[in-house]
Amino acid sequence: MNWTTTFLTQHVGWIDPEMPDKPIGDYIGGIVHHSPLNNVAVWQIADKHWQHFAITAVAEKLRWVAGWAEQANEQFMVNACFEKHGVYIVLRTLINGTKLELPTQATVYPAANRSERHTQDMFGIKFIGHPDNRRWTRHQAWDKHQYPLRKDFPAQGSPADITPPDMHYDFIKGHGAGVYEIPVGPVHAGIIEPGHFRFLAVGELILNLEERLGYVHKGIEKIAEGRTPESLARLAGRVSGDSTVGHCWAACQAMEQAADIVVPARANLIRGIVAERERIANHLGDMGAICNDVAFTFAQMQFTRLRELWLRTNASVFGHRLLMDVVIPAGVSCDVSQLSCELLKKDIIQIREELAEIMLAVDLNSSLEDRLYTAGYLSPEIAAAFGTVGYVGRASGQDFDVRRDAAYAPYDQVSFKVALEDQGDIASRFWVRHKEINASLKLIERFIQLLPEGEITTTWKTPAIDSEGLGIVDGFRGEIISYIRFAADNKIARFYPRDPSILNWPALEKLALNNIVPDFPVCNKSLNGSYSGNDL
Amino acid sequence: MLKLLKKIVTTGIVTEKCKAPKDAELETLGIEIKRRIDKKFSGSIAIRQVDAGSCNGCELEIHAINNPFYDIERFGIHFVASPRHADVLLVTGPVSRHMQTALLRTYEATPNPKWVVAVGDCAVCGGEFGQSYACCGAVSNVIPVDMTISGCPPTPLALMKGLLGLLDR
Repeated sequence: MNWTTTFLTQHVGWIDPEMPDKPIGDYIGGIVHHSPLNNVAVWQIADKHWQHFAITAVAEKLRWVAGWAEQANEQFMVNACFEKHGVYIVLRTLINGTKLELPTQATVYPAANRSERHTQDMFGIKFIGHPDNRRWTRHQAWDKHQYPLRKDFPAQGSPADITPPDMHYDFIKGHGAGVYEIPVGPVHAGIIEPGHFRFLAVGELILNLEERLGYVHKGIEKIAEGRTPESLARLAGRVSGDSTVGHCWAACQAMEQAADIVVPARANLIRGIVAERERIANHLGDMGAICNDVAFTFAQMQFTRLRELWLRTNASVFGHRLLMDVVIPAGVSCDVSQLSCELLKKDIIQIREELAEIMLAVDLNSSLEDRLYTAGYLSPEIAAAFGTVGYVGRASGQDFDVRRDAAYAPYDQVSFKVALEDQGDIASRFWVRHKEINASLKLIERFIQLLPEGEITTTWKTPAIDSEGLGIVDGFRGEIISYIRFAADNKIARFYPRDPSILNWPALEKLALNNIVPDFPVCNKSLNGSYSGNDL
Repeated sequence: MLKLLKKIVTTGIVTEKCKAPKDAELETLGIEIKRRIDKKFSGSIAIRQVDAGSCNGCELEIHAINNPFYDIERFGIHFVASPRHADVLLVTGPVSRHMQTALLRTYEATPNPKWVVAVGDCAVCGGEFGQSYACCGAVSNVIPVDMTISGCPPTPLALMKGLLGLLDR
């Protein structure tokens, strides 16, 4: 029994009478484990209730998690995922091919804003009453009246020889004496991903910031269609290169749910080890980069040095510095020997010692303090309103971690402390990362202890046509959602990965306000959103 | 401050250097790169990195060649903030169509003589993404490429070897 039981009882009247085959009544009776999405209840409602549901949900303090659509013959299926206390539900509605409209949820949930615009661009589904009718994912690579994720749109499309630049996007304008615009990107000055930022500034102060992303849209959702599970896992591992383990794991978890496969315990623990190693590597890189953006080179050099040592161990134990393709459907591709375990443990001891020394030096540095404290402040209220996750949410008091609150194997066998800060500034996001590294080091030690003998893969079973799965894991940026539906013959019909950056990016527009323009790089780095994971 | 200085002193120089090479391959590679750069570029070569649709994996490894272990700058190779300052464009990704014009403009903004290095499987041949409504595929489909460095992503050593190959041309 959890909140869904009472919540759904209140809304039983909304069930779409034309879809009586879904055993909704069972949920209300408290039986949760028969959903097509395994542990997640799917609630199908009539399209007219779409917005009403959001209004009730926000009153009940449900967090908006993800939104995606899918074409099913002449109809379109639209999904929205919500979470509270670690329990997820998927809201679903079918809309007819002749009138592709749905009342928006974005007026209720700001987090749904860009997601609905993405669905609009990719499927041509109009969200009535949406507060922002500008395109989002579409630039100029396909026409306004073409929708790449529709079945009649070929994956090759019909692109021009040279795709024109994305002109005439209606950025918010500033008026008044002394207000000026600064366009930045898509090609940035550093070795980072492309995106456009439009600042309105007065003197050095940021009056408004608008993000214009979508430059690295690679059509991942489209080219996923028709892939085999192995091939899909490879693609998922390249949704965002820094979260390769996270995305790959989420996609494999979804596929394994659909195929009704239980992964061997040893494989789950190895997945846990590589996921935590990925978290630590990225946090070390980010902490160094934050220091670098305020010209504190000592820390950057130290952190990148530790990161390099860490990656070298990845290469020698798992065969890949960034751990790509270690997680595969039905298991992992790489076992860890006794010798490797010793190496991993030695690594942990070394990094713990070194980190303690470095953090002491960092903590005592007042010039760093001057730059990081109070800068880039994100209030707990805004963090909650956008449903921010990972270190961004946790640095602003959002006490949520999939590993603890919706524990999946192997995290269901361990207990650990979720890092939390409530200052909401860059320093908080820096220190949360440090706390998370310490927690992850303990987790890896525990996973090595728990490592049983046994297989690292199991036999794959071809899932039934239309079987679905929803993978939910905690990547280094926070909660990753991965939706999979199978077609016939072991082929993927639909893949939707929701990177945590999708929830975190809008927070950057808020936390940068009233900071000086020269502090924007460090604000951005402290959030470290993935462009690739956002643009898909 | 004392803690900081102590850490600097006790860490020492980790850069894998000539006299006591921890990684002999890296060292010979570096010396060779340095020799060619000195000869052809008077000791300095400026690189502008352009992400044209990468998953960010390649960027992580390109960052790594600047870490204290590889420290590519000691061989005269440095990264610059503008294509107008660059001799070499290091391009990653399967050139998303949304980045096509930006890449072309970056190429045009780079003064002659210039070289283009396609880094990573996506940039070399389209990789996992290939050619589609959203991607142009290999970088050579968009701008002339002088040199390729494969890998998903290429390791820092592979990147250094690749750059050496460029200097050989």
